[in-house]
Amino acid sequence: MNWVIDVVLLALLMLTAVTIARLRGLFSAAIVAGIYSLLGACWMSVLDQPDVAFTEAAVGAGISTVLILVTLSLTTSEEKKPERTPLLPLVVVLITGAALIYGTIDMPRLGDPQAPTNLHVAPRYIEESPEEIGVPNLVTAVLASYRGYDTLGETAVILTAGVGVMILLGGARRRRWRDDDDEGDDA
Amino acid sequence: MPRVVAKLLIPYILLYAFYVQWHGDYGPGGGFQAGVIFAAAIILYALIFDLRAAQRAIRPWFVGLLVPLGLLFYIGVGIATVLKGGVFLDYNVLAHDPVHGQHLGILLIELGVGTTVAAVMITIFYGFGEAVSDR
Repeated sequence: MNWVIDVVLLALLMLTAVTIARLRGLFSAAIVAGIYSLLGACWMSVLDQPDVAFTEAAVGAGISTVLILVTLSLTTSEEKKPERTPLLPLVVVLITGAALIYGTIDMPRLGDPQAPTNLHVAPRYIEESPEEIGVPNLVTAVLASYRGYDTLGETAVILTAGVGVMILLGGARRRRWRDDDDEGDDA
Repeated sequence: MPRVVAKLLIPYILLYAFYVQWHGDYGPGGGFQAGVIFAAAIILYALIFDLRAAQRAIRPWFVGLLVPLGLLFYIGVGIATVLKGGVFLDYNVLAHDPVHGQHLGILLIELGVGTTVAAVMITIFYGFGEAVSDR
């Protein structure tokens, strides 16, 4: 019966994706994008990846939806009508999609223990980490200890992203503050 | 009505964020997820009540200070392992027993990750919110 859940979830994902592409109102598109992320989180938990599902639900459905909505209130909430029928993009998308589907034919089945990704470092993590790290959640052991460098880099990336957004947003505002201060001095 | 529901929910969302933060080695989650959930609680507060109310509860300068502090704390753990005779981020040397050292190291760096992630998310939201209310 599991395949019913798979089919329903994937069909809903496709449906929401097409809806987002067709919507002209950006507010509703942002909300549907939030629904897409929530479905993605459900899909990740079906795939037994609660860590990713967590992140997807909190970031995709929660924070990024809020940030998109706030951005829309700063700009415009209506997408411009395309000047002509976008035939070329459609062809490009179809070819890319066909290539991707063709690529999946060679891929090992989901969860195949003989898949190359499951034969490289994964067995060592699974066999040694209970003695080496002693942490029940293997994902945490890999992310925080074996791949501590990567996680350090990711944290630096998040910090850089935050600093970048603040510089973009703050530049205009700081100028205004300075103007306000000058007026205050005059008075 | 939304205010009542938010008031009821926010403490539990915050508590859940801390649960995810400190139990990342036992259950799903960790610093990143905890930071995002914590930030989501603050953002919910700001959306339901007022941006100014949220900024009175958690000051923008304080959040701004936490942004680099989390990452510096993470790097600090790495430097501590170097000073204790290991290589960078080798938690084995943090305690007498290597496995205890690993536990301690993971807990500490997850705290660094959670701090930076939560602070960055809140800072970005504060920034957008101020830009909107300035208009």
